Amino acid sequence: MLLPFFEWCEATWLGQLIRDSVWAFPVIEAVHLLGLCLLGGAVLIVDLRLLGYGLRNQPIAHVARGARPWLGAGVTVMLSTGFLLFMSEAVKCYHNPSFWVKITTLPVALAFTFAVRQPMAMRDGFETSWRSRALATVSIGLWFTVAAAGRWIGFSS
Amino acid sequence: MSMLSALEWLANTPWSIALHESLYVWPFAESLHVLTLALFVGTAVMLDLRLLGAAFRSIPVSELTNRLLPWTRAGFAVMATTGVLLFYATPVTYYQSIFFRVKVVLLVAAGINVFVFHTRTMRTMATWDAQATPPRAARIAAIVSLVAWTGVVVSGRMVAYNWFACDIQPQPAWVNWASGCILPTP
Repeated sequence: MLLPFFEWCEATWLGQLIRDSVWAFPVIEAVHLLGLCLLGGAVLIVDLRLLGYGLRNQPIAHVARGARPWLGAGVTVMLSTGFLLFMSEAVKCYHNPSFWVKITTLPVALAFTFAVRQPMAMRDGFETSWRSRALATVSIGLWFTVAAAGRWIGFSS
Repeated sequence: MSMLSALEWLANTPWSIALHESLYVWPFAESLHVLTLALFVGTAVMLDLRLLGAAFRSIPVSELTNRLLPWTRAGFAVMATTGVLLFYATPVTYYQSIFFRVKVVLLVAAGINVFVFHTRTMRTMATWDAQATPPRAARIAAIVSLVAWTGVVVSGRMVAYNWFACDIQPQPAWVNWASGCILPTP
């Protein structure tokens, strides 16, 4: 049912432009990885704090506030480069189970991070609790799934 | 024995062949190598941003160097272990890859920067620990770190592409020189 949409994506001038270039896909892929570094750092510095590790001499809210702009920047880089990579090989993605794991987990991870974890962490003080540890565990679990499934798209073709 | 013949010997050891041909071990090692970027480069970038005065400006730098760097080191240990494993799987291909060679040079540069930062710049940290924008030497260390690790990540990703491989000829003379290709004499 969705296949015609994926075929349309791949046939757009944008998809063709990237596919016709030798360098475009690898370069976008490399920037996608740099985005992973930024997003990973901004996510983990807060999750480590929620678990009671890392910057634990600072209130949780303080760490969450400091990481927020870089969390946004990381997500922006990841989404824009990820969109371009998808457009260039949408049909391959359609037939790839790892892609479906990634694309269904991603919105959950984004919603959890921005609508649940971030607002809750912004109200927390010095104490880590079962609740803060649960937030961090879910966050790490979701983002790990997105990242691992993303890497596996390249293997399971 | 030359480096190349040593690596050719290494490539023919049973474990290297097994790793190279494995269906799951190699992809798992590669995935771990890539995912650990989030921990290793991710936490390093957070420290660099703090040193530039671009993030966590009200948190003392020592809080990050004392409490975050152990995680960066743990990440590096995983990166190095999986990296050595991946190199062991195809040593000759990587040795003659121009991107791998660039990556090694940048790794050395990043390592020197870490060494200088820890032995010189950090010695005076007590005097600027709480400053929102640390002194120039610390900011330069942060920029060198960001540039070097960016280069390592990008060249590392490009190692997977064989545009400049020795067995794909003709290549410009400088590519063959930089990759250490040995061409058959006509």
